Amino acid sequence: MQKELIKGNEAVIKGALMAGCSLYFGYPITPASEIAQAAAYYFPLLGGTFVQAESEVAAINMVYGASAAGKRVMTASSGPGLSLKQEGISYCAGAELPCVIADIMRAGPGLGNIWPEQGDYNQMVKGGGHGNYRNIVLAPNSAQEMCDLTMKAFELADIYRNPCIVITDAYIGQMMEPVEFPTTRKKVPYKEWALYGDEKSKKNLVTSILMNTHLEEEHNKKLQKKYQTIAENEVLYEALNTEDADIVLVGYGIISRILLNVMEILRKQDKKVGLIRPITLFPFPSDFISQAADSVKSFLVVELSNGQMIDDVKLAVNGRKDVHFYNRMGGAVPSVDEIVDVVKKFI
Amino acid sequence: MKAAVLEKPKAFYDKFERKGKTQQETTHYCPGCGHGNLHKIITEALSEFGVDDRSIIVSPVGCSVFAYYYFDTGNIQAAHGRAPAVATGLKRSNPESIVISYQGDGDLAAIGGDEILQAANRGENMTVIFVNNAIYGMTGGQMAPTTLVGQKTTTSPYGRKIENEGYPIRMSEIIATLEAPVYVERTALVDFKTINHTKRAIRKAIKNQIDKKGFSFVEVLAPCPTGWKITPVDSQKWIQQHMMPYFPVQAFKDVSDQRESMEIEQRDYSDQEVLDVLGLSQLGEKKQVPASFIENFPTQFMKIAGFGGQGVLSAGVVMAACAMNENLEVTWIPSYGPEMRGGTANCSVILSNSRIGSPLTTNPNVLIVMNGPSLDAFEDDVQPNGLIIVNTSIVDRRVKRDDVDVLYIPLTEIASGLGLTAAANMVCLGAYLEYTKLIDYKSLFEIVPLAIKKKHLVDTNLKAIKEGVKYIRENYSR
Ligand SMILES: Cc1ncc(C[n+]2csc(CCOP(=O)(O)OP(=O)(O)O)c2C)c(N)n1
Ligand code: SF4
Repeated sequence: MQKELIKGNEAVIKGALMAGCSLYFGYPITPASEIAQAAAYYFPLLGGTFVQAESEVAAINMVYGASAAGKRVMTASSGPGLSLKQEGISYCAGAELPCVIADIMRAGPGLGNIWPEQGDYNQMVKGGGHGNYRNIVLAPNSAQEMCDLTMKAFELADIYRNPCIVITDAYIGQMMEPVEFPTTRKKVPYKEWALYGDEKSKKNLVTSILMNTHLEEEHNKKLQKKYQTIAENEVLYEALNTEDADIVLVGYGIISRILLNVMEILRKQDKKVGLIRPITLFPFPSDFISQAADSVKSFLVVELSNGQMIDDVKLAVNGRKDVHFYNRMGGAVPSVDEIVDVVKKFI
Repeated sequence: MKAAVLEKPKAFYDKFERKGKTQQETTHYCPGCGHGNLHKIITEALSEFGVDDRSIIVSPVGCSVFAYYYFDTGNIQAAHGRAPAVATGLKRSNPESIVISYQGDGDLAAIGGDEILQAANRGENMTVIFVNNAIYGMTGGQMAPTTLVGQKTTTSPYGRKIENEGYPIRMSEIIATLEAPVYVERTALVDFKTINHTKRAIRKAIKNQIDKKGFSFVEVLAPCPTGWKITPVDSQKWIQQHMMPYFPVQAFKDVSDQRESMEIEQRDYSDQEVLDVLGLSQLGEKKQVPASFIENFPTQFMKIAGFGGQGVLSAGVVMAACAMNENLEVTWIPSYGPEMRGGTANCSVILSNSRIGSPLTTNPNVLIVMNGPSLDAFEDDVQPNGLIIVNTSIVDRRVKRDDVDVLYIPLTEIASGLGLTAAANMVCLGAYLEYTKLIDYKSLFEIVPLAIKKKHLVDTNLKAIKEGVKYIRENYSR
């Protein structure tokens, strides 16, 4: 089939519908609003539900309810909205409810502005809400991946009964690119633990409270084991020219696209530059970066934040090689030439 | 408290196994607490209507967080105050389920004030049971929004003061002012009379949901002897003497007889229907293009800029869609947000034969300027030997640089000549393709009919493209 030229944000909704998602609960915020708008347009036409919630807090709790009811459900927001959702995400993680949450990052802290940033890395990848939990976090860098990884997010969320985040920046959300969509809609699996409001499922209980330190500890251990399984099985990354590289650039989202140009320009100048783009932020491609650290001389992490993903790179490199850092914040995005100059300082 | 002890209905577990290994016959509530009796009243109604199997109870945060110990129904526990939102998610997912949001006064009237109002206002087809005991029981007897003036709690040790915390909130009265709710009533748990009143109200609130009438709300004044630090018997008197005068026990709204039942159609959609709705079935097959065309295509880094309303964003979209149709890689990215509201807009478009990295065209090799400020803003960024197309109808100066190729075209005038000023952008695309010959300008004809929403304007836009081609042939033939 021919491709459709479509905004990343809209591709999220078409992908979600093809993944069998039938409910969307959200609250408008730039630069994620096209997601809610597309959901408001398409969901009712396919017998689905769109509710503009009174707040992000309400939205994530509606998601909690719909997920408990066995449906595929999603919400989307940006920085401030994600901050508000954190309690609800923690509840979803605690009660092991699958759901998909898109975060189209904007500049912060506070109201910040609507330009692209990557300052939500810590709050989405490391937890963000209370308690010992992890989200699965997917980081698309194209409109095609906005569709594909949203669909994947629904699969992973169901397999692991875990919140799954699709995280990107305002640019990837606003950008239009050709997208090839699947032609069959995914079937939503029957969930033995869900509350369908019928005799078979009435024995089920969805909760995250365990009033006994022993049970709570067991539950926590079970969750940690699950995160371990995810870490062992679900890592995704893209690596280019790392085999012979002296310096490897590391970035995700819009930055990874800029770094691709940087690498190409420097390769033309016979500089041995490679690129690693984590596609899953949790689980992080630590093993691959660790292996790469055996042969490369140094890494350059580029982020639109104060340096959040770099911690994960450093943990993987474990002090064996230099991990340099370059960043912009507040909505400014570095140009290709700007980063080329930075890389040249390190080779 | 003898009067308040009730039979165990079917939807009430005989043994509370979820409670733990011991004390499976008694509830976890304090003696004289209202929650246990209320649970029984609810289960009685569910059993009476035979809907236990379809029912889902949403437990709040509060003493009734463990309501799921007792209800032989589906059970879910919600975050503090969010039960109506969780109930919304459940009910919208499975409209045939019977969803009961059970909440205390801290949960519903304080932290969850918005969720309850909005669920009520949406007219969610659910039943809310609001347990008003004028205190936070679970956390140790702190003040609630319903705590009475002068009432001493652990966080109002000198008694609730109007100057500091205002008056107790009357939720039923507030909810009853909303248009959507069908039924709002306040009852109490004191004696036979009030208990029977409560039973009737809860039965009605559940029946309304079964009949798909919409949102029903029952507020129950309930004792919390522990929080109030008095005996169960005195608690009943306290409700009568102190709570009932301020919180009148009565119906505030009941339009259940006037409301139609809301049936929700549910069916499966075929893949074809889904693709049709998503606009994916009309995309057709991929076009065949010569390999040499792709191989030799020089990457176009385009910046298109002008006033809002000049169609600069849509010109970019049409150009990108046209190139995509020729199997090229493309990206389109707008300037957006406050900048657009200021009246100027621009977009970056990249057309390439290979994978595109950054979609931003910091240094375009094609600059299209529809107005003066855009030329001022971007002229210097253009790559040497790049192309600048200037809309001379509006831009009143020449390009200063001498290392670029420039096309001066009265885009707006040409479009006005066709009776559609807004088609200046299409004149421009026609001119751009005819001049560069990168893609046959006729390829635009395949895209424009799909891209333009106002179908009656398609023809004029196609003419505009041809006018652009004509202008180049007459003025810039190479
Ligand atoms: C976000 C959050 N804030 C505070 C609490 C602590 N908390 C637990 S129960 C409760 C009060 C509940 O009071 P109420 O709703 O009146 O119910 P009751 O215990 O009286 O039945 C509070 C504040 C919490 N669990 N979550
Ligand atoms: S503290 Fe009050 S509300 Fe809580 S169980 Fe005891 S009596 Fe009931």
